[in-house]
Amino acid sequence: MKQSLLWIEENIPLARDVFRMRLTGDVSGVERPGQFVNLRLEGRFLRRPISVFDRAEDGITLIYKAVGEGTRQLARMTEGEALDALTGLGNGYDLSRAGDSPLLLGGGVGVPPLYWLAKELRGAGKPVCAVLGFGSREDVFAEEEFRALGCDTRVTTVDGSYGRKGFVTDAMPESCSYFYTCGPEPMLRAVWAKTVSEGEFSLEERMGCGFGACMGCTVRTKSGPKRICKDGPVLRKEEILWEE
Amino acid sequence: MGGVTREKEAPRPADADRLRVNLCGTELDNPVIPASGTFGFGLEFAEIYDINILGTFSFKGTTREPRFGNPTPRIAECPAGMINAVGLQNPGVGQVIREELPRLKQVFHKPVMANVSGFSLEEYAETCALLDREPQVGWLEVNISCPNVHGGGMSFGTDPKQAAAVTRAVKAVTRKPVILKLSPNVTDIAEMALACEEAGADGISLINTLQGMRIDLKTRKPVLANLMGGVSGPCVFPVALRMVWQVCRAVRIPVIGMGGISSAEDVLEMMMAGATAVEVGAANLRDPLACRRIIEDLPAAMDRYGIRNIRELGGH
Repeated sequence: MKQSLLWIEENIPLARDVFRMRLTGDVSGVERPGQFVNLRLEGRFLRRPISVFDRAEDGITLIYKAVGEGTRQLARMTEGEALDALTGLGNGYDLSRAGDSPLLLGGGVGVPPLYWLAKELRGAGKPVCAVLGFGSREDVFAEEEFRALGCDTRVTTVDGSYGRKGFVTDAMPESCSYFYTCGPEPMLRAVWAKTVSEGEFSLEERMGCGFGACMGCTVRTKSGPKRICKDGPVLRKEEILWEE
Repeated sequence: MGGVTREKEAPRPADADRLRVNLCGTELDNPVIPASGTFGFGLEFAEIYDINILGTFSFKGTTREPRFGNPTPRIAECPAGMINAVGLQNPGVGQVIREELPRLKQVFHKPVMANVSGFSLEEYAETCALLDREPQVGWLEVNISCPNVHGGGMSFGTDPKQAAAVTRAVKAVTRKPVILKLSPNVTDIAEMALACEEAGADGISLINTLQGMRIDLKTRKPVLANLMGGVSGPCVFPVALRMVWQVCRAVRIPVIGMGGISSAEDVLEMMMAGATAVEVGAANLRDPLACRRIIEDLPAAMDRYGIRNIRELGGH
């Protein structure tokens, strides 16, 4: 973990209630895809955890959904303003387990952490299949970015207004070497039930601190209690305690 | 640096000396103590600053048996604060002694405050007896006030006879100073403190969190899985200050004031109410460097209000 002051270079709408924010500053604490930053907002007591979409030498890009008061406030911030950020939080995805045909499954605002992961996997020369699920046409984002990386990119919408109608589990390939997923819990449970290979899930919980101190986000797993912010947010499939 | 300053005329004591306080017979470099439940066993904070600058810290509330705590969501936000219903998640005193304390010792080299919870007199006594044998434990802070556990904890904190019974049970098994941590969820806080003092307590700390809740407008249901939780943060500071004031006028033993402290000025105000030292809780979660900042800000804040030594303020 590092505490840094990051400067907003860009904060623009991408899709319905979804924004892309580019920040520059000391991001040396941001180490791995799947990690998140925790942003302090004026007038809000708790920070807001946001996963990292992409990382460059001098900054990071976040994609977030304005769902509550805090994230709506974040969406109103403009270029040139500064954010107090805790960076490098969470364990992140384990790239060493990808194998030769990794599959990425993202739903809605669960898509962003998979982009940097896809970039790293493509950089390592692996063929990557990315299935991105959204509610409707106006919710879709990041499709071109995944395609530009050379991923086999498939988009689904629940209402069929764009891409294939249905859920990510309807468009995923029959097999893969390993999968990485992030999205709303009903989607993750469907992925958990329908995948045969091993894989990793990025989970979400309401957090107090975001760095492991308060035990506010602990869940039960097969390997004991785990703090989603510190021991997670990424858990391996075999650790997760969901019913068959 | 102290030597040079002392040689001057009308010396202003070195900052290090100005902050020292005595808590139940042990000197603290300063009165700033991260509160239990907001600081784990120190490791997360040791990643970003040298936690040896602290007076001490109170480690995560420990019970005899391991506890998972409550289901999530355990955390809600409120204006100028937060609500938690963690429910005393901890690995149990056995694992705390075997695994956490050796790790703690690597990053913190001062006496530490052991925070203990329980559900029966026997459990309090057994847990404290085990921690009494740990050389690094300087004080036992006995929590009789957790609002988030069912079937015990809280009644010890709301009935003066029960509070006195816990105090006696713990005092019988340890020679370390015993500090009773009180709940604000009572009608007469001074009566609680007095009962503990008469039963042999060496100190009092207060306040634990105030019971509260939030409802999600979209779902029309409570935000917390536990329905209710404990409110902390700057919003509780005036309530905490009032209770510390009342307790300090009722007892002669040292009092640790806590509840919403997030600045050096808050520390001074709490000590003017009579506290010997302070604990800082929720502020650590919002700003992991909060305690370092408070300690660094204290000398200048004292200068502004003409305070030479912090121990002049309230204290005993």
